[in-house]
Amino acid sequence: MSLALDIVTITAVSAGAFFFLAGTVGLLRFPDTLTRLHALTKADNVGLGLVVLGLLPQAGSLRGGFKLICVWLLVLAAGATVSQLIARAALASGASGQQGHSTVRAAGDEGPPT
Amino acid sequence: MTAALGFILAMLALGLIRVLRGPDDADRMMAAQLIGTGGIAALLLLGVVTGVPATVDVALTVALLATFASIAFVKKGGVNAPESPESR
Amino acid sequence: MTIASALEMALAAVVLGMAMWTIVARETFAAAVGFVVYGLLLALVWVRLDAVDVALTEAAIGGGLSGVLLLGAAARLRASETRAAAERPGGIMRLGAAALSATVAAAFGASVLLLPDAAPTLAPAAAANAVATGLGNPVTNVLMAFRATDTLLEKVVLLLALVGVWSLAPDRLWGGYPGARHQADPLGTLAFLARLLPPVGIVVGIYVVWAGANYPGGAFPGGTILAAMWLLVIMAGLTDTPTISSRRLRLVLIAGPGVFLVVGLGGLCVGTAFLAYPVAYAKPLIIAIEIAMTLTIAATLGLLVAGAPERSAGR
Repeated sequence: MSLALDIVTITAVSAGAFFFLAGTVGLLRFPDTLTRLHALTKADNVGLGLVVLGLLPQAGSLRGGFKLICVWLLVLAAGATVSQLIARAALASGASGQQGHSTVRAAGDEGPPT
Repeated sequence: MTAALGFILAMLALGLIRVLRGPDDADRMMAAQLIGTGGIAALLLLGVVTGVPATVDVALTVALLATFASIAFVKKGGVNAPESPESR
Repeated sequence: MTIASALEMALAAVVLGMAMWTIVARETFAAAVGFVVYGLLLALVWVRLDAVDVALTEAAIGGGLSGVLLLGAAARLRASETRAAAERPGGIMRLGAAALSATVAAAFGASVLLLPDAAPTLAPAAAANAVATGLGNPVTNVLMAFRATDTLLEKVVLLLALVGVWSLAPDRLWGGYPGARHQADPLGTLAFLARLLPPVGIVVGIYVVWAGANYPGGAFPGGTILAAMWLLVIMAGLTDTPTISSRRLRLVLIAGPGVFLVVGLGGLCVGTAFLAYPVAYAKPLIIAIEIAMTLTIAATLGLLVAGAPERSAGR
């Protein structure tokens, strides 16, 4: 039983590490701010999720496993929202070269378009 | 497991390149975000490898504070339209 | 060479590289981001050194709060940044700075390398006396019982720093609101996050303070997390900073050192010495002090980042 758990841990953690690799490579190689953001969020959510999944069998108690899941949910929620904000900031400053410079409002300041 | 830890740390180091080079402020923010998440993963793995369960608390703290720092970055990295008051 | 030590050396190299880049970076924003990353990585190093309490505090303060403080300073300096970047110190100044830095680094290195092999330490004595307080975490024991005077004075120093920051305000703004009023769409993303995260953060902060009794944690990292959540709500424009002349605020600020002092003087009157806890009441007293200290630390750190008053009180 513990061998099976260990195999689950190793596979999940390796998969998570692979997603981190993908995310970092994306961050380095993609041409554009928004595409890099996309790569980043993949690493954040899925990579960390797989790592947490892999570590759950190793957690000593129910409370330990609960804490691990809490960490993942926190990063998920916060990461998604911050990515939104960064994307709006990037669009507003015209960094990505996309259209919408004048119609997209700055992060959090959503009033009627000027 | 230690190999995975080393791997993630290597990814962190690579992410640092983006912090260093990133032509844009947003790139640096994103690299900081990646390093935050990678750091959390590394901390969780470290906790299991060394057998110190309290490391998860450090990961929790990093998650909260890294989010807070990212928001502060976003607010100051040229987010403000000229009309809105200057933020701290 | 095992994998572990190779990893450790790689981590140390990355931390050093990050530190050097932070100093060398030309843009203050980039340097602030570098500083936050450096803090995060340093927390990893502390965990590797088995100092989880220090890692908690490093992650909270170095990784989060100090970074935001520097960012605020960078934003204020943005106007003069181009002028400052154009100045370059002369060759002699640089040589002098390099020589001074090298001397200090050599002195540190020598003192670390010349430490006696069995480093003198009081750790066994601290561990042996843990029964005096009934707490399981030796760090908390040292902070709150064996060296409690230091902790008390630290909190007073924090207060003095806050007063120093406040004194930077021009006379007519004294008693006003620190920092600018943040605006954000109450239905927008930032406001959403500011409603979602702080409840979780508050629970985590209180948990860290509570866990400090027997596991790594304590009032300082817990208070920092609370301060960060408070600042988050302020940054999203959901609430405003309190005026610095608000009586309630000042009560909260002196609560920590105040309770500490009262307990200490109680020890003088009822017990044997200043800050001597009667053994039966040691744990409740320490917990009471920690609760008061957490509130004070949260308020003080939050206000330190908020800065000197910028808007007058009578609006």
